[in-house]
Amino acid sequence: MFNIHCPYCEEYRSEEEFHPSGEAHIERPKDPANCTEEEWGNYLFFRKNPRGIHHELWHHSIGCRKFFNITRNTQTYEILETYKSGEKPTITASTVSKKTGVK
Amino acid sequence: MQQYSGFGLLKHAITHHENWQRVWRNPTPKKSYDVIIVGGGGHGLATAYYLAKEFGITNVAVIEKGYLGGGNTARNTTIVRSNYLWDESAFLYEHAMKLWEGLSQDLNYNVMFSQRGVLNLGHTLQDMRDINRRVNANRLNGIDGEVLDPQSIKEIVPHMDCSANPRYPVMGASWQPRGGVARHDAVAWGFARGADALGVDLIQQCEVEGFEMEDGAVTGVKTAQYGTIKAGRVGCVVAGNSGVVANMAGFQLPLESHPLQAFVSEPIKPILDTVVMSNHVHGYISQSDKGDLVIGAGVDSYNGYGQRGSYNTIEGNVAAIMELFPLFSRVRMNRQWGGIVDTCADACPILSKTPVENLFFNCGWGTGGFKATPGSGHVFAASLAKGEMHPLAAPFSMDRFHTGALIDEHGAAGVAH
Repeated sequence: MFNIHCPYCEEYRSEEEFHPSGEAHIERPKDPANCTEEEWGNYLFFRKNPRGIHHELWHHSIGCRKFFNITRNTQTYEILETYKSGEKPTITASTVSKKTGVK
Repeated sequence: MQQYSGFGLLKHAITHHENWQRVWRNPTPKKSYDVIIVGGGGHGLATAYYLAKEFGITNVAVIEKGYLGGGNTARNTTIVRSNYLWDESAFLYEHAMKLWEGLSQDLNYNVMFSQRGVLNLGHTLQDMRDINRRVNANRLNGIDGEVLDPQSIKEIVPHMDCSANPRYPVMGASWQPRGGVARHDAVAWGFARGADALGVDLIQQCEVEGFEMEDGAVTGVKTAQYGTIKAGRVGCVVAGNSGVVANMAGFQLPLESHPLQAFVSEPIKPILDTVVMSNHVHGYISQSDKGDLVIGAGVDSYNGYGQRGSYNTIEGNVAAIMELFPLFSRVRMNRQWGGIVDTCADACPILSKTPVENLFFNCGWGTGGFKATPGSGHVFAASLAKGEMHPLAAPFSMDRFHTGALIDEHGAAGVAH
């Protein structure tokens, strides 16, 4: 069970208030009509799915109802940071891989 | 290989069970194999078995990072059925069902396949429309199925609350009498024993750390203990870790790995002699031969590789079972666990060639791979033997995520993914 810090509410709330919405920072193709099938398929279906550090989009669905991002380790389930939509993560796989030893 | 039989059991009883043979060897790998299977779960072992038995390729190794059948094969809720909506998946799962029906004899290993029937409940008008449609589709494809009303359900499961009292009353169900359960560990062990007897090397405690490649084709796998082991073709059957292994080969798969939890109660006397699944209140339950109630539901919706999930998922699952079976409210739960399932956007598996030549993937079975174990192994073995995908496997190519030819099985997948 996660205890998640909502960056908008600025408090820790129980996981039950939230809903994960998959990988974060996925950019919709700027010109969908002229995408190749491969580009469009990659955008819709292909995900990083890492074992280790992952940036995820979460929804505070029965709280403030805002979307925000979480950097989380998918092996240990440790939440490393939460940050608002539009912001960039300060912790990435390259910054923590040495410390935790997780690939 | 020592044949198992009733007479043999008697013979060993007289000698105090001191002379049983080891069920499989524990070999050191050779330098090179015709085919290497990465992943020693049910599907991987079935693939190796059918490669040796049906296609005469015995120079095969199965490489497993843990122990045989220790992943999702040991963690599922053992339900077997084939009542899928679309032709492609119906044919594949029915192919598996036909193999299940003769599997114990074929393997000379009792997989305890029990065709006790599977109920998929409907709780809304739309559920019932979908059930009618699915049962009709099943029957057109030669798969047994019936639509039942609450009274007929009550006759099959007298202890279930089929009244109008629950929040979501049971309005009907689809019923597949040929569905049922099988002993999951025995399936892995039976295939392992059969494959080993035909000359397949089962290498345990050996993690594949990368692939050796030449000109865009795989030529071997890299391991820590044994260095590089050469292979003509490599088949990866690594379930939740498929994405990680695909990254080693330099491409991505349209998969996301999620924890899927299940739990069993303390053993109780026989009370439930069929499998009950509900899409709508979201839970499924059966009773094992030991007497424990085996309960599962949907995945934890976040990605994870930790083989455990969150408590609120368990709570939702228990609430669903309580809605159906109020009389189980005092049953104590005994064990709880999680497995890592690799889910696709269309709730169908991927049996496919990959951008790397001679490297094949069998993955994406999501929450419902156990029921397909023999069929998946059989068609994947055929594909590895010939280098071309078996006709039943061909629609499940990973190309479908680019062509758009998805097979949307969320409706028949039993519970929401």
